[in-house]
Amino acid sequence: MSIEVKNITKRFGKFTALNNVNLKIPDGELVALLGPSGSGKTTLLRIIAGLEEFEPNQNADILFQNKSVVGNRIAERKVGFVFQHYALFRHLKVFDNIAFGLRVRRGKDRFSRTEIRNRVLELIHLIQLDGLENRYPDQLSGGQRQRVALARALAIEPKFLLLDEPFGALDARVRQNLRRWLRRLHDEIKLTSVFVTHDQEEALELADRVIVMNKGRIEQDGTPTEVFHHPKNAFVMDFLGSVNLFHGRVVSGQVVFDQPLEGKQTQFFVRPHEIELLPNDPDGAGFPATIRRVQLAGSIAKIELTDRNNKEIFVEMSHEKYLLYQFGVADTVFVVPQKTVVFEEDYSI
Amino acid sequence: MKKHSVLPGFGLTFGITLAYLSLIVLLPLSLIVLNTASMSFADFLKAIGSKQVIASYKLTFGASLLAATINGIFGFIVAWTLIRYKFPGKRIIDAIVDMPFAMPTAVSGIALTAICAKNGWVGSLLVPFGIKIAYTQLGVLVALIFIGLPFVVRTLQPTLEDLDKEVEEAAASLGATKFQTFWYVIVPSVLPALMTGFTLAFARALGEYGSVVFISGNLPMKTEITPLLIVMKLEQYDYAGATAIAMVMLIASFVLMFFINLSQWYARRFSN
Amino acid sequence: MKNISINWKDRIIPVIFIIITLLFLTLFLVLPLAAIFVEAFRKGVEGYCASFRDPYAWSSIRLTLVTAAIAVPINVVFGVVAAWCIAKFEFRGKNILITLIDLPFAVSPVIAGLIFVLAFGRQTTFGGWLIDHDIKIIFAVPGIVLATIFVTFPFVARELIPLMQEQGILEEEAAVSLGANGWDVFWKITLPNIKWGLLYGIILCNARAMGEFGAVSVVSGHIRGETNTMPLYIETLHAGYESVAAFSIATLLAALALVTLIAKTIVEWKVKRERMVDNS
Repeated sequence: MSIEVKNITKRFGKFTALNNVNLKIPDGELVALLGPSGSGKTTLLRIIAGLEEFEPNQNADILFQNKSVVGNRIAERKVGFVFQHYALFRHLKVFDNIAFGLRVRRGKDRFSRTEIRNRVLELIHLIQLDGLENRYPDQLSGGQRQRVALARALAIEPKFLLLDEPFGALDARVRQNLRRWLRRLHDEIKLTSVFVTHDQEEALELADRVIVMNKGRIEQDGTPTEVFHHPKNAFVMDFLGSVNLFHGRVVSGQVVFDQPLEGKQTQFFVRPHEIELLPNDPDGAGFPATIRRVQLAGSIAKIELTDRNNKEIFVEMSHEKYLLYQFGVADTVFVVPQKTVVFEEDYSI
Repeated sequence: MKKHSVLPGFGLTFGITLAYLSLIVLLPLSLIVLNTASMSFADFLKAIGSKQVIASYKLTFGASLLAATINGIFGFIVAWTLIRYKFPGKRIIDAIVDMPFAMPTAVSGIALTAICAKNGWVGSLLVPFGIKIAYTQLGVLVALIFIGLPFVVRTLQPTLEDLDKEVEEAAASLGATKFQTFWYVIVPSVLPALMTGFTLAFARALGEYGSVVFISGNLPMKTEITPLLIVMKLEQYDYAGATAIAMVMLIASFVLMFFINLSQWYARRFSN
Repeated sequence: MKNISINWKDRIIPVIFIIITLLFLTLFLVLPLAAIFVEAFRKGVEGYCASFRDPYAWSSIRLTLVTAAIAVPINVVFGVVAAWCIAKFEFRGKNILITLIDLPFAVSPVIAGLIFVLAFGRQTTFGGWLIDHDIKIIFAVPGIVLATIFVTFPFVARELIPLMQEQGILEEEAAVSLGANGWDVFWKITLPNIKWGLLYGIILCNARAMGEFGAVSVVSGHIRGETNTMPLYIETLHAGYESVAAFSIATLLAALALVTLIAKTIVEWKVKRERMVDNS
C-alpha cells in the first residue's frame, strides 16, 4: 500500500517541526527516514500514523493507496506502529501483548479464541520467540522486546508498518543482528514499512529508499546508492558519511588548492576514501600536509593529517596501498583529491 | 487550550471534574465569602475581634507555629535517620510515621488525653515537677505536634533520598569538614522541602479540631482554639459570627497554600 | 575492621540521631496507640465486650459504614476521572485545577462542616424550604455524607495523578494504534498499571471517611442512635466519663488505622518493585 504526504506543516509553539513536507512512498518498499535529532522525522512518522495532528491547510493531505485518511481515527487507519521504547504492556505476557489488537475488536470483525491463538502462535514463531509466550516483558532482553513489539503491530494485519527508531535502544551487536533479521522479514512479507533512524549506516544498509531530513524539510529522497554517491547538497553529503571540506579555487575549469590568487573561491567536499596521498606532486593538483596519526587496526588504513593552516584531513585507503608508500607519522605528503563535489550554497561543517 | 492527543475522553473527564469540583467544593466554600459579604463591616470586625476570639487566634497561631517548628527540627532528624542509618525495626518505624494521618482525630484526641492526664503514663511523671499537659495550652501544643509530624518527615524523605552522596563526598574531598558539608551542601538542598513540610504542618495545625478539643479542656480565654469558637458560635445559632471567623481562617489557609505552591514551584526549579 | 580510621564523632552522631528518633516517635506515636488498647481493656475483656452491647454503639458503627459506603465510591469515580483528565492530557490551567482539587485538605474540617450548614441550614431560604418539605440534610445523615465527601474529596485523585503522570501515555498510545477504544484502553491498560496506587487511595479515603470528626461533628447534631458516627459516639462517651466504652469503640478505628498503615507499606513496596523492574 502506498503512502503519500502532501504539504504537511507542524509547529510546536514557535518551533517548526515540519515545514511543508511532500513525500511519496511506493507500495512494498522499506524506507528509512534519516536525519539528526530535531529534524522532524519522528513527528512525520507520528503524523502518518495519526498519533499527531498537522497544521490545518487546505492543500495538506495524507493518502493511503490514493485515498485521503485525514480525519480518520488512528484505529481506522490500520497502521502497525512500533514505538521507540516498544511501549509493551508490562502487565501482560508476551502472548497477551501480541493478542491485544485482536481481542479489542468488536462486532463482526471479532476473532474466535482459536483464531487468536493460532495467529499469535504463528507470529511468535515468525519472530523466533517460540516457547517464550508466557514471559512478561521485563523477563525479555531488549532485542526480544523489540521483536514482540513488531509482532504485536503485525497482529492487526496493518496496511503498513511504521517503526520509530527501531534499534535505538539496543547495543551494537544486537542491533546488527536484528537489522539483518528485519530486512529478511521484510523480503518475506513485503509489507510497506517506514522506519525512523539517525544512524546513516543503518539507513543505507537496510532500506530500499532513504529520505534524508533536516530542520523540518526533506533534503533528498533516493536509493541508498543515489543519496550516498550523488548527494544533492552539502548537508546530505556530510550526514551520510565523513567528509573533508577544502577551500580552493577553480582556475580555467580546474580545481586548484595552492594558488590563492585567481578565480572564485569555492568549497569542495571530498570523501576520505577519494583522496590519494602521494610522496610528491608533479601535476600541482594537490597540496602538502603532515601525517599526524595512522590507524591500521580494521579493514582499511585510516590516516589523519593536518595542512599548513592546521586544518584536519581524514584519508582512508586499503592496506595494500598504504604499504606501497610506507608513510610514517610526521612525514609530509601531498594530498590529491580524486573526486571533488561542489555545491552552490556555502555550508559549514 | 489543549494539546492534541489520540487518547479519548478529555472533554468528558474535564467536564465531570470541573462540575463535581464546583458542586462539592467551590460552591459551598463560596458561601462563606458570600455570607461574609452580606455582613456590615462593623459587625464583621466585632465578630472577628472580640477578646475571646483574639485569645483563640493567639493560641492557635502561636501553638501551630511552635508545633511546626518542633516538627521541623525533629522531623528532619527522623527523616535523616530513616534515610541514612540502618537499625533494627526501621521499617516499622517508617510505617508508623504515618499514623497521625491514618488515625481518626477523635481517637488520637482521647488517647493523647489519657497519657497526658494527671494519672496518665506521661502526665504522672511530670506531676512532681508541677508540669501539667492535659487541659493546658501545653496540651494543645502536644496535639498539634502529633498531627503535624508526618508532613515534615514525608516531604523531606524523597529529597534526602535524592541527595547525591557523591556531592557530599566531593565536598569532603575538597577539604570540607562534616559540619561545613552539612551547612553548605545539605541544608541548602533540603531547605525548600523543609519549608514545604513546615508550612504543611503549620496549615494542618491551624485548622485542627478533633485531636485538640479533648486534650485542651476548652477553658474560656485559655485553651480555646479558633475552630472550636466556630463550633461554639454555631451551637449558639450565631451563623454570622461563625462565618466571619471562618473567613479569617480561610484567608489564612489560602495564604499558606499559596506559600506551599510557591515553595514547591521553587523546589522544582531548584532541582532542575 | 575496615573502618578503623573512623573516629568516635562519626559513630556517635548516628547513635544520637537514632535514639532521638526512637524516643520522639515512641512518645508521640507509640504511647498513644498503646494507650487506646490499655484503656479499652481497663475493665478486662468483659468490660470491653460490654461496650458493644449498647445498641447506640451498633447504630454508630452502622452509620459510619453507610457513610463510607456512599462517600468512598463517589470519590473513587471522581478521583479516577480527574486523574485521567489531568495526567493524560496537556492543557492550560492544569496546575490551577490540581490546586483546587487539593483545596479540601487546606480547609479546617470545622469549616467543611460549616459550609454545608450555610448551604442547607434552617436559617437560609433554601434550608427553610427543605424543612417545609420534610427533607432533612443538616443534623441528619445526608449532611454527614456531604461533609464526608468534602473532606475525602482529594484522596484518590491525589494518589493517582503523580503515578499516572509518571507512567506517561506510551502504552495507551500503543493500545489505540492497535485499535482499542477508550474503554478498552482504560480497563485493559491504564487500570492494571495503577491498581496498587488506586487501592491505596481507596484505603486512605476510606480511613478518613470513617474517622472524620470535625466536619461531621458540625453537621450531625449528635443525636444518639441517629446521627452519631463512631468518632462522634466516642466523643459522647468520653464526655460522659464512660472511658472504657469510648476506648473500646476507638480500638475499632485504631485497628482500621493500623490496617491502613500496613496496606500503605505493602503498596509502596509493590510500586517500588514495579519501578525497579521497569528500570532494569
